[in-house]
Amino acid sequence: MEYFFIIISAIFVNNILLSQFLGVCPFLGVSSKLDTAVGMSGAVCFVITLATVVTFLLNKLLLLFEITYLQTIVFILVIAALVQMVEIVLKKISPSLYSALGIFLPLITTNCAVLGVALNVVTKEFSFFGGQPHLFNLGEATVYAFATSLGYGLAMILFAGLREHLSLNKVPASFKGVPIALLTAGLLALAFMGFSGMVY
Amino acid sequence: MAAKSSFKNMVICLTVICLVCSSLLAFFNGLTEEPIRVAQAKKTETSLAQVMPAFERTEARSVELDGTEYPCYVATAGDAVVGYAVESSVIGFGGTLKVMVGFDAAGTVWSTMVLSHSETPGLGAKCTEPAFKDQFDRLDPAVKSLQVSKDGGDIDAITASTITSRAYTKAVADACRVYAALSAAPEHQE
Amino acid sequence: MNKLQIITKGIVKENPTFVLLLGMCPTLATTTSAINGMSMGLATMAVLILSNITISAIARFIPDKVRIPSYIVVIATFVTLLQLAMQAYVPDIYETLGLFIPLIVVNCIILGRAEAFANKNGVVDSALDGVGIGLGFTLALTLLGLVRELLGSGSLFGWQLIPSQYNILAFVLAPGAFIVLAYLMVLFRKVTAKK
Repeated sequence: MEYFFIIISAIFVNNILLSQFLGVCPFLGVSSKLDTAVGMSGAVCFVITLATVVTFLLNKLLLLFEITYLQTIVFILVIAALVQMVEIVLKKISPSLYSALGIFLPLITTNCAVLGVALNVVTKEFSFFGGQPHLFNLGEATVYAFATSLGYGLAMILFAGLREHLSLNKVPASFKGVPIALLTAGLLALAFMGFSGMVY
Repeated sequence: MAAKSSFKNMVICLTVICLVCSSLLAFFNGLTEEPIRVAQAKKTETSLAQVMPAFERTEARSVELDGTEYPCYVATAGDAVVGYAVESSVIGFGGTLKVMVGFDAAGTVWSTMVLSHSETPGLGAKCTEPAFKDQFDRLDPAVKSLQVSKDGGDIDAITASTITSRAYTKAVADACRVYAALSAAPEHQE
Repeated sequence: MNKLQIITKGIVKENPTFVLLLGMCPTLATTTSAINGMSMGLATMAVLILSNITISAIARFIPDKVRIPSYIVVIATFVTLLQLAMQAYVPDIYETLGLFIPLIVVNCIILGRAEAFANKNGVVDSALDGVGIGLGFTLALTLLGLVRELLGSGSLFGWQLIPSQYNILAFVLAPGAFIVLAYLMVLFRKVTAKK
């Protein structure tokens, strides 16, 4: 039951993009076409989930040896290595998707969402049904990471759809491009705020 | 411009950089450990002074209730106990809400102070403002019911921030139960 | 390009927030008030200057293939140093900025400037570039924070100016961030286009 709440909360209530503001740069860059948005979401989903599991386990080691000040460096290096791996695998499996994503694939390394989720999972405390706050265990962490990336994908895809429509409409010259995208994102964020009553 | 990308060069480069950086960090970590500890202690001290009646010394304790550890403090002046303080943690709307709840020797809540929170600015964050938190000053749990009015109690919630208000109230209620356990334990005379 | 121009271009022509569109995440998240925005901007500027100087100094010794991981380790080191220093000396600001301090590591501005400027230019120029871009970022964030704080909480740097019943809370929350940034960007475009 707890997992259900983690999932709902991660996708809708605390949407990583629209309410936590993580992962915004590629959001504005990749989302103008629907299929690139889908491809990007898939890649990010994979990296976030895998990175969270690995960093979670590594963090236990860091805590054991009391070298938590190395946390930031270790986490980001793990993420960089994982993205490199994904690139190599993707090139072999689906060269078309690889070239469609282009520069954005290595940029997943600097996607705040990935590092953000990894750090959140080891620092934020959670509780359900008024239980005591506790840090995530591995199972909850994995579910949270996966659900968060689903939420990211949802926001990206919704946004890409909206932008495709926008490109067919008349937009004032000074708003063209990023400003109108930001306004749209703002309205989308406003809509998602409606979910905030759902979960404690 | 850059050095040649031979395997040997790459390994040397990365190893050197990692070694230098780790040593730099270890050094700085050692340097800042004391100031960080001092800063955190100062924060606790300030909150203790605010939530309890005047005291001379405090003694740190730890009470376990329902599987959770609660850091507590017993305040004394001379030989007499003048108050107790409990650090209560609950989940608010945006994350952990840590409240320091102070009691006087008779068991009334003397005052409360938020130690840390991640509540929404303008909404839940108002729990640190006197309009809300002063409700808990000199509160006798036997007289005033520790629930928000929506749940049948005597606490007025912050407008549009029921969740945060409930959480804060629960933190105080939890602290009251810890106080009961704390004051029941045999006291050491210093 | 003379030294002064390096600094000023970071503020106007190549403003990281309004022109280069880098570092959006902290821009939207930490600007709930003017002081928060300014602190974030200054923290990022500190890391930017230090990393620009270091990378500019060691760029020639780094083999091309391990360029990015090396830069990342250097940047992460400075960010951790900043974390420790802030925790020790300004713990309140550290708590307010929370998660976004370690996230400075993945702030595209820092890696971006390392790639675009620091590894091709001298140490002094790179330092000045860091100052310029850093100032541009800080000014953008402070401005965004000012508007959001004024409209959303009715205060300015903590001084209450507008009574609370006239405050539009949405500006301090997520949607407001996107919307205010959009309008500020348009304003910036109009102002700089005229020049």
